[in-house]
Amino acid sequence: MSKVYLSYNNIVSSFGFDSEAAVDKVKNEVSGLQWVDDPMLLPKPFYTSRIDQEKLQQELTTLGIKGQFTRLEKMMLVSLHKVIKASNVSLTTKVGLIISTTKGNIDLLDEGGQFSKERVYLSVMGKVIHDFFGFKTEPIVVSNACVSGILAVAIAKRFIRQGRFDHVFIVCGDLVTKFIMSGFNSFQALSDEPCRPYCITRSGINIGEVSASILVTNDPDRLAKTSVAILGEGSCNDANHISGPSRTGEGLYQSIRSALHQAKLKANDLDYISGHGTATPFNDEMEAIAFDRLAMNDIPMNSLKGYFGHTLGASGLLETIVGMHSLHQNTLFATKGFQKLGVSKRINVIKETTTRELNTFLKTASGFGGCNTAVIFQSVK
Amino acid sequence: MKDNPYKISAYCRIKEQRVSVNGEIILENSGIDFPAFIKSVYKYFDTDYPKFFKMDNLSKLAFMAAEILIKRGKIGLEKNQNIALVFSNRASSLDTDRKHEDSIKDLDRYYPSPAIFVYTLPNICMGEISIRHHLYSENSFFIFDEFNPGYLNDYTHGLLEDGKADKVLCGWVELEEDAYDAFLYMVTKNGPIEHNAEAINRLYKRSWEI
Repeated sequence: MSKVYLSYNNIVSSFGFDSEAAVDKVKNEVSGLQWVDDPMLLPKPFYTSRIDQEKLQQELTTLGIKGQFTRLEKMMLVSLHKVIKASNVSLTTKVGLIISTTKGNIDLLDEGGQFSKERVYLSVMGKVIHDFFGFKTEPIVVSNACVSGILAVAIAKRFIRQGRFDHVFIVCGDLVTKFIMSGFNSFQALSDEPCRPYCITRSGINIGEVSASILVTNDPDRLAKTSVAILGEGSCNDANHISGPSRTGEGLYQSIRSALHQAKLKANDLDYISGHGTATPFNDEMEAIAFDRLAMNDIPMNSLKGYFGHTLGASGLLETIVGMHSLHQNTLFATKGFQKLGVSKRINVIKETTTRELNTFLKTASGFGGCNTAVIFQSVK
Repeated sequence: MKDNPYKISAYCRIKEQRVSVNGEIILENSGIDFPAFIKSVYKYFDTDYPKFFKMDNLSKLAFMAAEILIKRGKIGLEKNQNIALVFSNRASSLDTDRKHEDSIKDLDRYYPSPAIFVYTLPNICMGEISIRHHLYSENSFFIFDEFNPGYLNDYTHGLLEDGKADKVLCGWVELEEDAYDAFLYMVTKNGPIEHNAEAINRLYKRSWEI
C-alpha cells in the first residue's frame, strides 16, 4: 500500500500569514492571546487571538486576490492560495478539496451586510473557495465539531487510498464571533486568564481564530521539508454524553488504539503527543485518563491552546502543522501556561522548549457530540 | 476499481410526513408540522427514550431514522458492534443556529442557553445515536450542496476495507423548519442490494417515489 503524506502547509494566525511566523512564536513561547473588551462579541472582556483585518486585507492585495469575500473566506483564501502555489499541483479531476469548519460564515446570521442569505450555508462557502481556485472536483465540507481539522486529515488519506484522489488540499478555519463566544460563555467554559492546559490552576478555555491549509498527497516527489507520512488514524465516539467528555476517556482511548494498530506501532514508539488540552477541568482530566490507560505517561506532550486559543474546526490541523515543524526542528515546544500538573493521572507535559531527536508523533482531538480522533505521523526527513 | 464485497442491507426514508422502510410505506400522517409529526413517529414505533424530548429537531429526525432502520430493517445490534456513522446534509445545524442567534441578537434580550448551543453542530445527532446504541465507533459529518452518493460510497468503502468498522450507517439528514428529509441505509458484508454510487442514488430516488 502506497504511503500518504502531509506536505506543503500554511497557518494564517495573529502571528502572521505563514506557518513559520506561527512556529517561531511558539518556539519562543510567545502567546497570541490578548485581553479584548468588545461588547459586540461578549458583554464582558475575554482573552482571544484574532486576525488583524487590515493586515489580512493587505495580504489579499499582495497576493492579487480580488472579489467580495467574507472574513473567514479571506483567511481561507490567503492560506490555501499559498499552499497551492508552493506545491505547484495542477487542479485536475484527481485533486480533492476538503474544507473543515464548525461554523463557517456564521457571523453573517448577525449582520449579513452585502452578502446573500445563502452565504451562511457551508456548502455555499465551499463553492466560493472551490470556484476561486478552479477545482475540478466537488468540495467536501467536514463539520464534526472540534475534531474537524484532524478528522479532515484522516478523511483525505482515506479518499486517496480509495483511489478517488491523488492529492487533497485541506483548508480549515473558524472565527471568533458573538455566536461562539455567547455559547461557550453560557457553558461557563471560558477562562478569565490565558488558558493553562493540564495545570492545577486551569480555569477554562480561550477561543481563538486561525485558518490553516495543507497538501495531502500520495506523491513522494511532492514533499516539503516538514513533510510527514500518515501511519495510522482512528476516530471513535464516547457514546456517553453530547457535551461532556467520558469519565473513562473511552472514545479517545479507542481512537488511539485504532491508530496504533493501523500504524503497527506500540505506545512507546511515539516520540511526542500533541494533545487537545483545552484547559477545561473535564477535558484535560479525560485526556490524562486515556493516555494513562495506554501507558503513555512518559511520552512528552503539549497543548498549543495557550498560544492560539482553541481554534475549533481549525485546531486539529493547526496543531498537526506545528507538530510537523516540531519534528523537522527536533524540538519539543513548551505548553504555554502550564505550571503544575493538575490531572489525576501522571502525564509528561512539556514545561520548557527543548531539543531532542523526534521521528513520530500522535495528534489527538476531542469534541462535542462525544467525538475523538487520533492520527499518527512519521517524519520523512 | 477492486471487487466490491459490500452490500446495503436495509434503508429508511422520512420525508414530508411519511416514513418508509425498504421501499414500503410504514406511516403517513399528513397535515402536521415537524414537531408533531416526529412525536407521532416516536409513539408509533413504541420508542421509550425520554432524552429524545430534549433533542433539537435535526437530532430528532436522525435519531428516529436510525431507530426505525434498526427496528424494522431487522438489523441485530450485538454488543460492542462496530457500526460507523457517516452522515451528510446541506443546511448543517442552521435550524438550531438561528434559535441560538435569536437568543443573542439583542443585548437587551440576551439569554444564550447551553441546551440550545450544544446542538449548533451537525454531528451532535450522531452523538445522540451513538449514546442510544452504545456505538463507540467513527462519526463523520459531511456537508454537500446536494445528496452525494459518490463521496459517501467511497468513504464508506474505505472505512470497511480498512477494518475501521464492521458496518456503516450512512446517509442524508436535512432539516430546516418544516422541510426535512432523512435517508439512511446500512452497509454490511451481506445484503440484498449492491453498494455503489448508482445503486445508492437509485434507492434515494426510489424510496421517495413510492
